Amino acid sequence: MEERNVEELERRFQEKIDNDIRIEPNDWMPDRYRETLIRQISQHAHSEIVGMLPEGNWITRAPNLRRKAVLLAKVQDEAGHGLYLYSATETLGADREETIDDLHSGKAKYSSIFNYPTLTWADMGAIGWLVDGAAIMNQVPLCRCSYGPYARAMVRICKEESFHQRQGFEIMTQLAQGTPQQKEMAQDALNRFWWPALMMFGPSDGDSKHTQQSMRWKIKRHTNDELRQQFVDVTVPQAELIGLTIPDEDLKWNEELGHYDFGPINWDEFWNVVAGNGPCNKDRIDTRRRAKEEGEWVREAANAYAEKRRMKKAS
Amino acid sequence: MAKKEWPLWEVFIRNKQGLSHKHVGSLRAADAEMAVENARDVYTRRSEGVSIWVVESNHIHASHPADADALFEPAHSKVYRHPTFYDVPDGIEHM
Ligand SMILES: [Fe+2]
Ligand SMILES: [Fe+2]
Repeated sequence: MEERNVEELERRFQEKIDNDIRIEPNDWMPDRYRETLIRQISQHAHSEIVGMLPEGNWITRAPNLRRKAVLLAKVQDEAGHGLYLYSATETLGADREETIDDLHSGKAKYSSIFNYPTLTWADMGAIGWLVDGAAIMNQVPLCRCSYGPYARAMVRICKEESFHQRQGFEIMTQLAQGTPQQKEMAQDALNRFWWPALMMFGPSDGDSKHTQQSMRWKIKRHTNDELRQQFVDVTVPQAELIGLTIPDEDLKWNEELGHYDFGPINWDEFWNVVAGNGPCNKDRIDTRRRAKEEGEWVREAANAYAEKRRMKKAS
Repeated sequence: MAKKEWPLWEVFIRNKQGLSHKHVGSLRAADAEMAVENARDVYTRRSEGVSIWVVESNHIHASHPADADALFEPAHSKVYRHPTFYDVPDGIEHM
């Protein structure tokens, strides 16, 4: 295609974005828009799938049947979220199997929060409350993302997420109001998950290489730091309400700004976990790889069964 | 070894009797029956449906975005197809 042509197409594309007209799968789009979306949506899909592992760890050890049913339903939702998102990448021409293999080879990333271990039952509370809470903060603006299939997937996901956060907060509340040991367990989970949850919003605006272009394309509507601040502001009063302490000595209400000031984030830890050196990175990927290999016979059996059914119908 | 990927299916759900089926997303499954079962698990976990259609994605034929002007422009100039085009004299109700 002639260069002038591409320029004209790009101009019209940006005009649509500026006018809040959604982009749909067969519409013309710049290659970099497509690539950015495939990268972001597949990372997001991987996070949903890997995100099942830390919680899956506690399904068989949930303290009672109600908790078990709830946790099972939540983890099942996350599998669904992964599926909606992989489907969205397919509308952009990505090959689903290749996308998944990129996760298994370590080429593709997923949210670094899932590389932390879940040591006690209270971690189920902390994850629902903080991790799903942070995810909701990130995801609500994505419901208005410029790419139609991604935005629609996010609408479904957001509808399902709010129960995740509530069940987590309920676990934390009950533990915090329980015996001294139970309260200590809740506090310990908060201590371990607070900072990784803040890191979920990604690097500070100055260090985030994709933010500017993504905002111009309306893939992103708020910067990482804006969303992080919003999360801190709504979460601190929730911790206070149930009598838990946010593990940050610098945390204090800033009357002038109408926000909480909070302490510095340990970005070395963040980059180190992203680079693959978190406590559970290897375990998570090994588990996913094994799931694919050991599930191969199931996919083959389904094909064989479908074939048998076809033959039977034909005869 | 050439692995056979499950085909892609588009999923349509009827929310309740009286409404039409609406596209909700897609999934992969080995055949139509399994696609319906998977759609049940993925798209109706919160009682969103009373009926499911699945259509293999490559059976869907779509108009091309580049043709949108030529296809849909003719309707734009025919405002007389809308009731609001007509003046109804005062005093006339229910028309
Ligand atoms: Fe999710
Ligand atoms: Fe969730």
